[in-house]
Amino acid sequence: MKKELNDVTKSLIATFLGLLAGALLMLSIGSNPIEGFTYLLKGGTMSIERIGNTLSTATTLILTGLSVAFAFRTGLFNIGVSGQMLIGGLCATIVGLTLDFPRPVLLFIMLIAAIIGGSIWGIIPGFLKAKFNVHEVVATIMMNWIALWVVYYTVQAFLIDVQETQSAGLPAVAQLKVPWITELFQGSSINLGLVIALLAVIFIKIVLDKTTLGFELKAVGFNRNAALCNGIKVNRNIILSMMIAGGLAGLAGLTFYTGFAENMQIGILPAQGFDGIAVALLGISTPYGVLIAAIFFGILHTGKGFMSAMTDIPPQIANTIIAIIIYFTATSLLIQRFWTKILRKKKKKKNTKGGVD
Amino acid sequence: MKDNFVIEMLNIRKEFPGVVANDNITIQLKQGEILALLGENGAGKSTLMSILFGLFQLDQGMIKVHGKEVKITDPNIANKLGIGMVHQHFQLVHNFTVTENIILGMEGSIVLKIKDASKKIKNLSLKYGLDINPNDKIEDISVGMQQRVEILKMLYRDAEVLIFDEPTAVLTPQEIHELMKIMKNLTNEGKSIVLITHKLKEIKKVADRCTVIRRGKVIGTVAVKDTSESKMAEMMVGRVVTFKVDKQDAKPGKVILKIDKLSALNNQKTLGLKEFSLEVRAGEILGLAGVDGNGQTELVEALTGLRKIESGKIFINGKNLTKSSIRERNEAGLAHIPEDRHKHGLVLEFSLSDNMILKEYYHPPYSNFGFLNFAQIKKHADDVISQFDVRSGKGNSSKAGTLSGGNQQKAIVGREISSNPDLLIAVQPTRGLDVGAIEYIHKRLIEQRDSGKAVLLISLELDEILDLSDEIAVINHGELIDLVRANDTNENEVGLMMAGIKRGEGQ
Repeated sequence: MKKELNDVTKSLIATFLGLLAGALLMLSIGSNPIEGFTYLLKGGTMSIERIGNTLSTATTLILTGLSVAFAFRTGLFNIGVSGQMLIGGLCATIVGLTLDFPRPVLLFIMLIAAIIGGSIWGIIPGFLKAKFNVHEVVATIMMNWIALWVVYYTVQAFLIDVQETQSAGLPAVAQLKVPWITELFQGSSINLGLVIALLAVIFIKIVLDKTTLGFELKAVGFNRNAALCNGIKVNRNIILSMMIAGGLAGLAGLTFYTGFAENMQIGILPAQGFDGIAVALLGISTPYGVLIAAIFFGILHTGKGFMSAMTDIPPQIANTIIAIIIYFTATSLLIQRFWTKILRKKKKKKNTKGGVD
Repeated sequence: MKDNFVIEMLNIRKEFPGVVANDNITIQLKQGEILALLGENGAGKSTLMSILFGLFQLDQGMIKVHGKEVKITDPNIANKLGIGMVHQHFQLVHNFTVTENIILGMEGSIVLKIKDASKKIKNLSLKYGLDINPNDKIEDISVGMQQRVEILKMLYRDAEVLIFDEPTAVLTPQEIHELMKIMKNLTNEGKSIVLITHKLKEIKKVADRCTVIRRGKVIGTVAVKDTSESKMAEMMVGRVVTFKVDKQDAKPGKVILKIDKLSALNNQKTLGLKEFSLEVRAGEILGLAGVDGNGQTELVEALTGLRKIESGKIFINGKNLTKSSIRERNEAGLAHIPEDRHKHGLVLEFSLSDNMILKEYYHPPYSNFGFLNFAQIKKHADDVISQFDVRSGKGNSSKAGTLSGGNQQKAIVGREISSNPDLLIAVQPTRGLDVGAIEYIHKRLIEQRDSGKAVLLISLELDEILDLSDEIAVINHGELIDLVRANDTNENEVGLMMAGIKRGEGQ
């Protein structure tokens, strides 16, 4: 019954407030925010190479964002994207380092391996939630650490490089980088992962909007009790949702460890997993929203180095902007309240005639 | 002549986007009277009282207390002005005593005041005939008594004006009678009361005047003793309303639902339903009467598959469904109008068309090979909308949450009946609805019976049970007290059975 802002507007306001806060921070260290933002934007878009880098950064974020968004739609908070990424990446890396097949076949098997690895890492917390009501946030965080150490052990035991902190580099046939694309984008890190990510966006869009599975998942997400009462198997859907979310995260791992990079560092939880939460929030948990938000974050991440090189502004400002945007999207209720207040103050006496509900 | 008004709400206007909830509403409450506020759901009663209680701000108009204009911007101000509200859902701490609950949130040191407070409560209780022991714990006293504690809370804070929001929904007939007496006592002692209700019988019994609101506007204010119930109903709905449900004698057929010594645990993990047996036949409505919390929820949930069954069996059409899933039960011919339409009935964020297929989305024509068929889904929704008179802003694409309570309920009833079930379990199907919607839903339930289906009606409204049922079963403490023919009993007898007294026992 209250004046509701629509979700897109809320996301835009959050973005604006994040940028505004960034501008204030730049001012406070004596820099010119207009200059700062210009370099930030330029850094992400001014050349073909930089656009390529923006897109390759976005690739992983699209998939992690999609993973979080998908679980959100079923009312679950998948905070374990990082762990699912690691396992997905590990499975793909193992395949890439050990199997010897023609390239398309090899890449396809790696893709499947990444999906399976991520899915398993998603199913476990899904199962714990469905069966024992263990909160998925707790379970997925735990799974993150388990993944971290699984990778640590496996890489050191079986996949070790000359350097002890990373796996052996993947041969070129087992990488998602394709020479002609790399050349086209003047040596940027863009790779086939982008195609996978875009296909995933379309796939998830179809699943959510057109299928009975999506119908069930959304019903469970919006109102678990009503779904149950109408005969929908809630527990099965929780597990399924976590499995698909995990699979998406596994794909993110594939694009990151075999596309963006070419080996796995040990002892690091990939930050993209957590950025996925921001992407999902800003993208209002819709596939296309995620796509746009991921590209936006891709620009920020790619441009921040250039900004700090050209000005006195430290790259952390870009991270701060992202953090503040997350803050404002997460607290969109506050924005809503603030908005209602403004409206009330400058309200015109407009008599909209209409029946009472 | 000048009336002594305690509260005046003059020309109140309150808008929500696209909706005028209150349009130039004026109500005046005289010192020492009971003013009933009557209106359909969504008519604007609650909005109006929320404005008076400081929960909403008015757009236009003014509020006067004792002739002086006031601005009520939050409930604390309302309290200070002597306005108190007895909410529909009690706000009490269960393991606290009556006294502790009443002084909760008041300034000062509790330790020092508790004796004085007890004494004051005792005196208030005596003065108004509330019969409350200040040292009882809330969890040990009945719902009716808990409501009195809510009243005492207001009196303790020196409220002069009490607003009762649908106060009888949770009470037995005997308790309602007591409450009416208390309200009279309160006004005799100079308090003034606003009674929000949709029950005309109660208005007739206690109110002095009645202001009728329809679609955000005041239709009129009448003196209750000069106005008939049907006249008031007509004012509220805007057309003539029939009260008596027209129905032929039932022609009971074969047994559709057979419940055999069913036991189930309640949420406290003790037996909430004890070896309960019952049969519902085709072509009859069996009404289950009982005071809230006597095992109805456990029974319904055990029947529909939401609650684990400890022992006993359930048969529908002779098929043992004791261990079946919810969907299997639905497919065996069970439909369920749940008690809480927001929690269990609808997905409020879904469109009406999505809600209409919530049970059936998984099979043709609504989906093929896992893909939804939107044309068929919309068509089905439109059918239900037109057959069951579901009114909404944007037709089948309206979000369920934007519909009024009555229309939400009609949509659920439509969904359940359109699946053509052999057994319809209707739990509180008209709770919180206005006369028009109640009339409509009652008619539909009887149609269902007349078309040879079985209906199990579970309701806390005794009138509803008496009006609709062919047979009445009474439940108390999870046990079947008795089973009687409807035209062979009366309100008083069923009321006693609801309190656990079998026919022929006691008075």
